[in-house]
Amino acid sequence: MNILKFFTAGSVDDGKSTLIGRMLYDTDSILADQLEALQNSNRKNDDGTVDLAILTDGLRAEREQGITIDVAYKYFQTAKRKFIIADTPGHIQYTRNMVTGASTADLAIILIDARNGVVEQTIRHSYLASLLGIKHLIVCINKMDMVDYSETVFNAIIQKYKALAHQLNLDEITYIPVSALKGDNVVQKSERMFWYQGESLLTYLESVEISAETSVAYARFPVQWVIRPQTDDLHDYRGYAGKVASGTFRLNDEVTVLPSGQKTTITKIEQFDKHPAEAIAGQSVTIHLKDNIDISRGDVVVNSSNLPYECQVIEADLCWMDARPLDLSITYLLQHNSKLTRCKIQEIVYNVDINTLEKHSVHDFKLNDIGRVRLKTAETLPFDLYDDNRANGAGILIDSRTNLTVGALMFRMALDY
Amino acid sequence: MNKNNLDYLDQLEAEAIHILREVAGQFEKPALLFSGGKDSITLVRLAEKAFRPGKFPFPLVHIDTGHNFDETISYRDEMIDRIGEKLIVGYVQESIDGGKVIEQKGKNASRNTLQTVTLLDTISKYGFDACIGGARRDEEKARAKERIFSVRDEFGQWDPKRQRPELWNIYNGKIHKGENVRVFPISNWTELDVWNYIKRENITLPSIYFAHERDCITRNGQLMAASPFLNMDEEDVVFRKKVRFRTVGDMTCTAAVESDAVLLDDIISEISLSKISERGARMDDKVSEAAMEDRKKGGYF
Repeated sequence: MNILKFFTAGSVDDGKSTLIGRMLYDTDSILADQLEALQNSNRKNDDGTVDLAILTDGLRAEREQGITIDVAYKYFQTAKRKFIIADTPGHIQYTRNMVTGASTADLAIILIDARNGVVEQTIRHSYLASLLGIKHLIVCINKMDMVDYSETVFNAIIQKYKALAHQLNLDEITYIPVSALKGDNVVQKSERMFWYQGESLLTYLESVEISAETSVAYARFPVQWVIRPQTDDLHDYRGYAGKVASGTFRLNDEVTVLPSGQKTTITKIEQFDKHPAEAIAGQSVTIHLKDNIDISRGDVVVNSSNLPYECQVIEADLCWMDARPLDLSITYLLQHNSKLTRCKIQEIVYNVDINTLEKHSVHDFKLNDIGRVRLKTAETLPFDLYDDNRANGAGILIDSRTNLTVGALMFRMALDY
Repeated sequence: MNKNNLDYLDQLEAEAIHILREVAGQFEKPALLFSGGKDSITLVRLAEKAFRPGKFPFPLVHIDTGHNFDETISYRDEMIDRIGEKLIVGYVQESIDGGKVIEQKGKNASRNTLQTVTLLDTISKYGFDACIGGARRDEEKARAKERIFSVRDEFGQWDPKRQRPELWNIYNGKIHKGENVRVFPISNWTELDVWNYIKRENITLPSIYFAHERDCITRNGQLMAASPFLNMDEEDVVFRKKVRFRTVGDMTCTAAVESDAVLLDDIISEISLSKISERGARMDDKVSEAAMEDRKKGGYF
């Protein structure tokens, strides 16, 4: 059994929280005391049934205002798979939260209100899914009960969405007509939409294939910590601890350590008391190298046959996440896996109007703005392009005055390579 | 692209180890908060996997309310002997004796809320800049929104509206002097995941997690272990029951559940079927709908 992480984008009005609540409810993932708290709550649907949306509202302010402010993580499982849902708010002022939720997701669910079809926020949410490199997309056309479960309405929305998907280079898309309120096609296939030949949302989520980048070519191992016991019996022990970001490492592989560029060979892979012959993307291991070279946290071990870019001037997409606007005159910190380096944003190339996808040249970059920038780092950065290898193609910006995470970066082009 | 076929427990374990190593790499003086409960026992196993054959780059810290189950303390001491790591204990009794907190009165008196003060004092006494804890997001709705690296201000407060965005698996551990970060490596685990992991790893637990005969009383509809720490009076009827504990905290706020589960497999099937969530057996969450959110804002674990 493995884990599928997905994020849902949509506003309260689209029934996003109701959809998640419905999935938890219909898979018996709500426990008795939570259900009791739910029934004691004052919020009810018009027909007196419990409002399932309450299940995903965590903070007091959210319950008071009936909205989702922050990313909430929800967990449930079926016999086939475990699921982690990043439930994110859909309004434009919470774009940064959506970007956060999407950053770790394998799959995105885009919710469309069947009565309204493709609207501004559909464009926005789909753009964010594309920006964050989410490979699998489910477009849920919700509130089918409000349009008499009409196939014509469903097909018309698909036609409109396809044009948008083409523009955003989104290719793997599944369309599902649902009613989160009534439960149609969420967990059970609906008899009221006999014309729909596909699977229910949950059946699809249970079976969609998710693959990590494990090809040897993209073998990347950022060193987090050096294990040196320096005891009498382990005097020469020197293990490099980290998590394989992408690709596969095998015993005797020839590897290069960056930034030094020194070549060496993997002599041992340790996983606590096991000594596997290979380590693949996602595994936390300790590796040993043949040559005694100086390696510390922030260095990265890569397969010598396919090196990442190593440069200082990079074009990246940036999502700005702080109330203080981007300041081109100051130095930020850039964290890329375990590496921390100083960085300046040299130029704003353009800003994207995420409701219309139009690009504008601008001079400032504010909270929730997304666009292309050119940055320069103090030290060379060993990275891949985000679209080639998400696990080694992103970074965060930290404002050293406030220590806040102020930006999310997706690397798009190496300029001084 | 090849298929990634890591099992879910392998995925969760690898993520937790990655987070522990980030703590080691990013902080000067981290600590691991150890309660003697199954979640912090799991953290100790994960730390062994992250750092052996080296030593842990942090001590274990136990905030002791003085109202412990004996089984927890003997387990703790045996474990420390086995792993050979440093243990620091902060005593709530010292906070009471020093006049920093006042013991609650009445039937529902508990030291659960008092331990926040002892925790914050211990953090500042030793200058800890990161405290690793075993909280999980599936436990409670406020926890569902907390970051893996969760910054506390110099008063130990969590501000849910000012949380840092946490992207990919890149954790920002930068803080100002006086602040600290609470780190939750098993955020993405569920209760069942923890039990399945304990089984897979063959981890020993304090015996109170398994069904045993015990003197109990009923308080607010919950089964509580009869003990000198509960303010009992003649209305409290003591009876013998076969019970076990799903979470292990202070004796005054941890309720028992009736159970015949004597083996890990029994517990796993019991939880799989259970219709009461784990924190349902915690009196401290019953105060109001936002009880956990309020305590976290005040510096609680």
